[in-house]
Amino acid sequence: MKRRYLLYFFITAMGLIYIVRLFQLQVIKGSNYDPIHNSAVKIEYDYPERGYVYDRNNKLLVANQLSYDVMIQPNQVRPLDTLEFCNLLKIDKENFLKRFRRAENYATYLPSVFLKQLAKEDFAFLQEKLHKYAGFFIQKRVIREYPVSAAANVLGYISEVNEALAKENKYYQAGELVGKDGIERQYEDYLRGIKGKKYLQRNNLNKVTGAYLDGKYDTLPENGKDLTLTLDIELQAYAQTLMNGKRGGIVALEPETGEILALVTAPSYDPNMLVGRKRSKNSILLFNDTISKPSYDRGLLAAYAPGSPFKMMNALIGLEENVINHKTTFRCYNGYRYGKKESDFMGCHCGVFGKPINLKTAIAKSCNSYFSNTYKRIVEKNNNPSEGLDSWHRHVSSFGLGDYLGYDLPAGSPGLIPDGKYYDKRYKYAWNGSTNISNAIGQGEILTTPIQLANFTAAIANKGYFFTPHILKKVNKKPIQDPKYTIAKKTTINQKHFTPVIEAMHEVFKSGTGKYNQVKGIEICGKTGTAENFTRINGTKIQLPDHSILVAFAPKKNPKIALAIFVENGGYGSTIAAPVTSLIIEKYLTGQISKENKYREKRMLSLSLTDIYDKLHQKPEEIASGTK
Amino acid sequence: MRQERNNIFAEIDWILVGLFIALVGFGWMNIYAASKNEENTQILDFTTKYGKQIIWIALSLPMIIIILFFNAKFYERFSGIFYLLSLLILILLFPLGKEINGAKSWFNFGFMGLQPSEFAKAFTALAVAKLLSDRQYNLGLVKNQIKAFIIIFTPAFLIIMQPDAGSAIIYLSFFFVLNREGLTLNYILFGFITLLIFILIILFGHLTILTTLLSLLTIGVVYAIYKGGKIFFRFNWYKILGLYAIIFLFTLGTEYVYNDIFKQHQRDRFEVLLGLKIDKSNIGYNSYQSELTISSGGISGKGFLQGDLTQGDFVPEQHTDYIFSTIGEEWGFLGSTLVIILFLLLLYRIIYLAESHTNKFGRIYGYGVASILFFHIAINIGMVIGLMPTIGIPLPFFSYGGSSLWGFTILLFIFIRLDAHKDYDW
Repeated sequence: MKRRYLLYFFITAMGLIYIVRLFQLQVIKGSNYDPIHNSAVKIEYDYPERGYVYDRNNKLLVANQLSYDVMIQPNQVRPLDTLEFCNLLKIDKENFLKRFRRAENYATYLPSVFLKQLAKEDFAFLQEKLHKYAGFFIQKRVIREYPVSAAANVLGYISEVNEALAKENKYYQAGELVGKDGIERQYEDYLRGIKGKKYLQRNNLNKVTGAYLDGKYDTLPENGKDLTLTLDIELQAYAQTLMNGKRGGIVALEPETGEILALVTAPSYDPNMLVGRKRSKNSILLFNDTISKPSYDRGLLAAYAPGSPFKMMNALIGLEENVINHKTTFRCYNGYRYGKKESDFMGCHCGVFGKPINLKTAIAKSCNSYFSNTYKRIVEKNNNPSEGLDSWHRHVSSFGLGDYLGYDLPAGSPGLIPDGKYYDKRYKYAWNGSTNISNAIGQGEILTTPIQLANFTAAIANKGYFFTPHILKKVNKKPIQDPKYTIAKKTTINQKHFTPVIEAMHEVFKSGTGKYNQVKGIEICGKTGTAENFTRINGTKIQLPDHSILVAFAPKKNPKIALAIFVENGGYGSTIAAPVTSLIIEKYLTGQISKENKYREKRMLSLSLTDIYDKLHQKPEEIASGTK
Repeated sequence: MRQERNNIFAEIDWILVGLFIALVGFGWMNIYAASKNEENTQILDFTTKYGKQIIWIALSLPMIIIILFFNAKFYERFSGIFYLLSLLILILLFPLGKEINGAKSWFNFGFMGLQPSEFAKAFTALAVAKLLSDRQYNLGLVKNQIKAFIIIFTPAFLIIMQPDAGSAIIYLSFFFVLNREGLTLNYILFGFITLLIFILIILFGHLTILTTLLSLLTIGVVYAIYKGGKIFFRFNWYKILGLYAIIFLFTLGTEYVYNDIFKQHQRDRFEVLLGLKIDKSNIGYNSYQSELTISSGGISGKGFLQGDLTQGDFVPEQHTDYIFSTIGEEWGFLGSTLVIILFLLLLYRIIYLAESHTNKFGRIYGYGVASILFFHIAINIGMVIGLMPTIGIPLPFFSYGGSSLWGFTILLFIFIRLDAHKDYDW
C-alpha cells in the first residue's frame, strides 16, 4: 500500500462511519421523535368552564364558584412578619413552617400550593396585604357550587386527578379536576369541555422564552356543555325530606319517556359538604360510615327480594303462557301446601278461606296460594321444570330484571333472576316448581333493585313496553337523541294481559293494603310488599323487622309517574311505604299536598326509625321477630 | 523555471478558499442560531457571541492578506523562529496566563482572550515540514525519529502541563505526516493495539485480559516449540520472556494508570462512552442532550432558528464544541451530511494539492494541515454524535472563538500561499 493512501483511507472511513451514525440518529431514531413532548416545549393549559347542571324545570343544580389558593415560590420568599401572615391565613406558626418546608422539598424555584381554597372573607383581607409577602401569590380555582342541597347521589362530585389516572388517560394531568361519581362522572366528557393548549418554548432554566413555532399547535379551550337532567328537583327534595330518619331508596320514573323524576337514597348528604376546605374532613365522615352508608346509592344498588309486587309478574306470565286467565280461581286454606312434609307449607294472610279466589282478588289481597299455584303451572307447563323456568326467566328479563338496566348513572347492580340452569346446577337436575316456590311471591332467590322495580312498574303502566330509565334530558338545551333511551323496549307480554293486572293494582289502593292512603281525585295503582330479612348471630339465623316495599303508578289512565320505594326495616308496606308513595304522587301530580292529607305528611316527616337502626347494630335480638 | 507572477490571486487555489468561505459562513449561521436570545436579535451587537464572531471573521481577512503577501520562501526560512516563538509563548502562559476552569490556557487582554495552543499547531507543522524536508534527513534512523518526536511533543508537553490534554492529543496527528515521509507503521499499529487492550481492560477488568493474553501467548509458544523444536527455543527464549514481561507490565500498568493517575472525570468520560455508565443528568448529560438534539432534527431538520432544543440552550457549550448539534437539529440529516462532505472535500483537496507539490516542504506542511484538521474534525464530530469520548476541542471554522478561527485560518492559508508558489519551485 502506498503511504499516501493511508490518510485518504482514514478520512474516507471517518466520513462513512459518521454518515452512517447520523443516519442511525436522525433518520432511524429521529422518526420516533415527538416534536411537542420534549424538554424544550412547555405546555400550558387554558381551562374551560365546567358545564352547569339544571333540573327538568331549568332550576340550577350545579354551578361554579371561585376559590383562592395561596401559592408559594420558596426562592422568592423574603423574610416576613410570620405572625401577621399566620393570622391572615388562620394557621399557627408550626403549620406555617410545615407547609413552607413541604413547598421547599417540592422545588424551591417552582410555584406550589401553600394553602388550598381560602375562604372568601380571608381572601379579601389577604389580598390587601399580599404585596408585603414576596414569593406568595394567589391562584384562582374554579370549584363546584350547589344552589339546591339535594340529589347529592345523582350529581356526584369532582375531585383531583391522581397519578394513576393521569398515567392511564393522556387528557388529564395530576391535580386537575375530574368527575368522580354520579353525573359528574357519567357525563365527564360533556361537562369538562376541552382544555386549550398553549405550547411555549422554554430554555434549560425552565424559563419561557416565547411561543413554540408561533403558536402553530395551540388550541383554544372549548367550554363544557350544560346538562339538563330529567330530575324534578322539587320532587327529589320533597322525597328526601320524607325519608328523614329512615333508610332506603325511592325511584320515580315518567313511564312514557323513562325519565328519572327522582332518585332518592336515604340517608343522604348535602352536596356542598364535598366542596372547598371542609371537603377532606367531610369525605372521611361520609365514606367511612359503613353503618348508615350515606354514600351508597340504595336506589340503584340495594338488591333485595322484591316480595309481593313480584306477584304481578307471575300473573302476567301466567296469562301470557295461558296457564291461567282472568277468570281462573284457586282456593286458599290459610296457605299453600307444596310438599308432603309437615313443614312444606307456605302461609298466607289473604284471609279468604276455602272460597275460590280470582286474579283481581288475589292481587288485591296478596294471596300467596294463588301465585304459588300459578307459578307451579308456569314452571311445570311441559313437565320440564328447567325449560319452564327458562321461559319464565325470558319473560322476567324482558322487563329489565336480572341484569344491569343500562341507565346512565355509574352505580348499579344486576340483581338476580334465576333460570333453569341455576337450579339444575344447585339441585343436580332433581327439582320442580315446588323446590323454588318462594319465587312465586317474590322471595327466594330473586333479587331486584328499586330502579329495576320502578322500571317494571312503568312497563305495567305502559301496558307492555318501557324506555330505559335515564337521567340526562338535554345537552346544551338540545334533547338527547341516543336511541338507547328514545326507542321503546317491548316486553314479551301481550298488551291485553295488562288490563286485569292494572285493575287489580287499582283495587289495592281502593280496597286493599293501600286503601288508607288514597288521594282524592287521583287513581293510584300499586302493590305493597314486605321482604323478610335475616341476620346471623352466633350461628342462629334471626329474623329482623321486614323491609317495607311498594310499587305504584298514577293516574291509572295515562300514567305520569311510576315509582318504587323500599324502606329498610320499615315493617309492612302499608305503614310507611304507602303513605310516602301517596304523598309523592300527590305532590308530583298536583304540585302540593292538600289540606286533608297534611296530617299524613306530618306523620311521615316525624316518623323515625333511628331507634330500630340503633338496636339493629347493637342488640339485634331485641327487635328480632323470631328465629329460624 | 517560470517567473512568479505578481498577481497572487490568480495562483491561489480557489476551491480551498471557496470551501473555507462556505464553512466559515455556515458556521457563523449556526453560532447565531445557538447563541441568539429573545431580547436581542441585532446581528451587529458586539456584546453577543455571534456579534463577536463577526469581528473575528472580519479580522481574519487582513490576516489572510498578510499571509498571502509574504513570499512562500519566507515561511520555510523562518519556520524555526516561528516555532521557537510559539514555544516561548506557551511557556509564558505559566506565569502570565489566566486560569479558567483550572487550566492556564489563555492570555487575557481584557476585551478578548487568546489561546496560544490554537496557533502553536500551525507553527509546529511548519517546523516539522522544515525538519523532514532536509535532503540529509532520513526517517529510518532512530536518531532522526527522536528529533522529530522532540519537535512534535515539546509543544504537546507544554499544553498538557497547562493542563489541557484535549488540545495536546492533536499532536498525535503528526504520525500521519511522519508515516507519509517514511516512518514505519509499527508506531501507529503499536498505538492501536495499546488502545485496544486499554479499552478491553476497562471493559472486562485487567485480570481477565491478563489471563487471556498470557494463555494466548503460552499456546503460541507451545505450538512454536512443537513445530520448531529446541532450536526455536534456543534462539528466541529472550523474546518470549520479553513478551511475557510486556504483557504483565502493560496490563498491570494500565490498571494502575487508569485507576490512580487518571482523574475521576476522565474515567467517567471513558465509561460513559463505553456504555458502562448510563447517566442522563451528570457526566453523560452533554452527550445525551447532544444526541437527542441531533436526532430531533430528523431528515431535513427543523429549519434555521427553528431548533427548539438549540433555542432553549439545552446542549451546553453548543456554540463552541457542540456546534455540530445545532447543524444536526436545524438542518437535519441532509445538512449534517453536507457538512461532513464539505469537510471531506476540504481534506481530499489539501492532500491532493500537497501530493502535487514537487517541493518537499510544501508537501509535508500540507500533510500536516490535513492531519491536524482531520483529527479535529474526527474527534469533535465523533464526540458530538456519541462515538468518541468527551474531548473539548473545537470544530475547525465552525466553533465560536477568535483563537481557534484564526489558528485554523493561519494553518490553511499558509498552505494556500505555499501552494500558489509550487509551480515556480525548482
